[in-house]
Amino acid sequence: MPADFISNLYVFILAGFVGFEVIKRVSPLLHTPLMSLTNALDAIVVVAAIIIAGRHETRLTTVLGAIAVAASFSNMVGGFLITDRMLRMFKSGRSKQS
Amino acid sequence: MTELALQQYLDFAYIVAVVLFILSLRFLSSPKTARWGVLAGEIGAAMAVVVTLFNPEVAHYKWVLIPLIIGAGVGIPLGLVQMTAVPQRTALSHAFGALSAAMIGIAEYYVGTGPVTRFEMGEIALEVIIGSLTFTGSVIAAGKLQEILPQRPIVYRGQNIVSLSVLGGALGLAVALVVNPGNAILFPIMVIVALIFGILLVTPIGGADMPTVISLLNSYAGFSAALLGFVLNSKVLVVAGALDGSSGFILSVIMCKAMNRSFANVMFGAFGQVQVAAAGKKEERVVRSATPEEAAGILAAASRVVIVPGYGMAVAQAQHKVRELYDSLTKKGIDVRFAIHPVAGRMPGHMNVLLAEADVPYDRLIEMDEINGDLPQTDVALVIGANDVTNPAARTDSTSPIFGMPIIDVDKAQTVMVIKRSMSPGFAGIDNPLYYLDKTLMLFGDAKAFVNDILRELGGGH
Repeated sequence: MPADFISNLYVFILAGFVGFEVIKRVSPLLHTPLMSLTNALDAIVVVAAIIIAGRHETRLTTVLGAIAVAASFSNMVGGFLITDRMLRMFKSGRSKQS
Repeated sequence: MTELALQQYLDFAYIVAVVLFILSLRFLSSPKTARWGVLAGEIGAAMAVVVTLFNPEVAHYKWVLIPLIIGAGVGIPLGLVQMTAVPQRTALSHAFGALSAAMIGIAEYYVGTGPVTRFEMGEIALEVIIGSLTFTGSVIAAGKLQEILPQRPIVYRGQNIVSLSVLGGALGLAVALVVNPGNAILFPIMVIVALIFGILLVTPIGGADMPTVISLLNSYAGFSAALLGFVLNSKVLVVAGALDGSSGFILSVIMCKAMNRSFANVMFGAFGQVQVAAAGKKEERVVRSATPEEAAGILAAASRVVIVPGYGMAVAQAQHKVRELYDSLTKKGIDVRFAIHPVAGRMPGHMNVLLAEADVPYDRLIEMDEINGDLPQTDVALVIGANDVTNPAARTDSTSPIFGMPIIDVDKAQTVMVIKRSMSPGFAGIDNPLYYLDKTLMLFGDAKAFVNDILRELGGGH
């Protein structure tokens, strides 16, 4: 088993636990924005796509990479945008009156 | 600057991005700080993207910048959709996320010398299978939510056997590739089989199960990104994927618990058969109905009202009228709260977003567990477009398909009013004994129109 795999597995397991602890605390009120926010964060795969497309190795890999860049970047832009729009709508009774 | 030093700067930027991502989710624990979370995430993501553009491996900017512009061109309109379209937008974004993870995995197979070791081949095959099935599965889910495809479960005899054999086929091809990574012809076949499995996986699932399915697809999309991180040895992908994957997983568990069903039961569902079973024992029973005038009178005489919204409210786009009703009753000194079942609507938190959009203060949106204890002291429970989540058979009738599912105990309120189009049973075809109780008044009509009529009677409407 490659050494990289072991170190990645460490990171994965620790991140999984951090994710579990952090997300457990998210109010059910915000489960829809939670989903769109994690989606936008997950769109960080765009960095891998940029490298595949930008390396321009073969036509096939470049096209696949370019599709991946467009798909993930649209998630990143759209995900943050809609999450912020949703969160702006959540107002408490007190802040509404003031 | 040497290349090694530059690489270290890039890695450092990724670490900062990861920290910001975790903080971003942390801020989401309260609506007060939640918008900071978006900001933290945006800074982290922007930083990661910008430093990647300086990676010396990126030599051909044309192939990067044009797709980035296209991505922004698609993403901005998808970020500006109506709140009622959020479930299908979310399914579509799972599809895009999975698509890009699958595309990168496929490209990685064809890059340079390809996967040299069997271990790498195994990682790539698994990643590409999960990415591909999540892509088509999410497209189907989005189609159902947009109502391009029928929301009813599409079932046929032997369906599960067919679906599982297709999955088995994809996994078999993956094993064959691990045995001989050079057998290049098998790779595209494996991708196609995985894509087909995604379609078969989601097609039989009905609209009412969408909250679970959309959460599961979220978790698959996240885990495929994490696996991609293993393939590319990229820690930032491993962390982001693990966060997204565990978030989707937690939501799936919450949704399953809220329906008292297992993952397997949702995915290989019983709802198809349920329809037949429920249709058999139908009998004529008496229901009492009321006019908007009577409903308005009962509401005006109440001091505590609980409104239970469901998918029907979303379909009728009634949330703004419901908020006017909330305002009108609150002005009369009536305590009005909303009872939110975890699976009400088509995705986790769906009702909260719709009501927040209509300007209902979030401290009036109460979770099921918290409000159930208050229902016996509630004068009127007003059910708007919700059905199964209020069905008392879940508590009392062990033969009911939804027996054991936690429900909002509206039947314990002094008076129950249900706004419903007609007596036809909901998606699941399960009869609701709530409608035949003596204390229940059926308000037949479109949710939006009926609430408007009540408002006019109350003197607050037009």
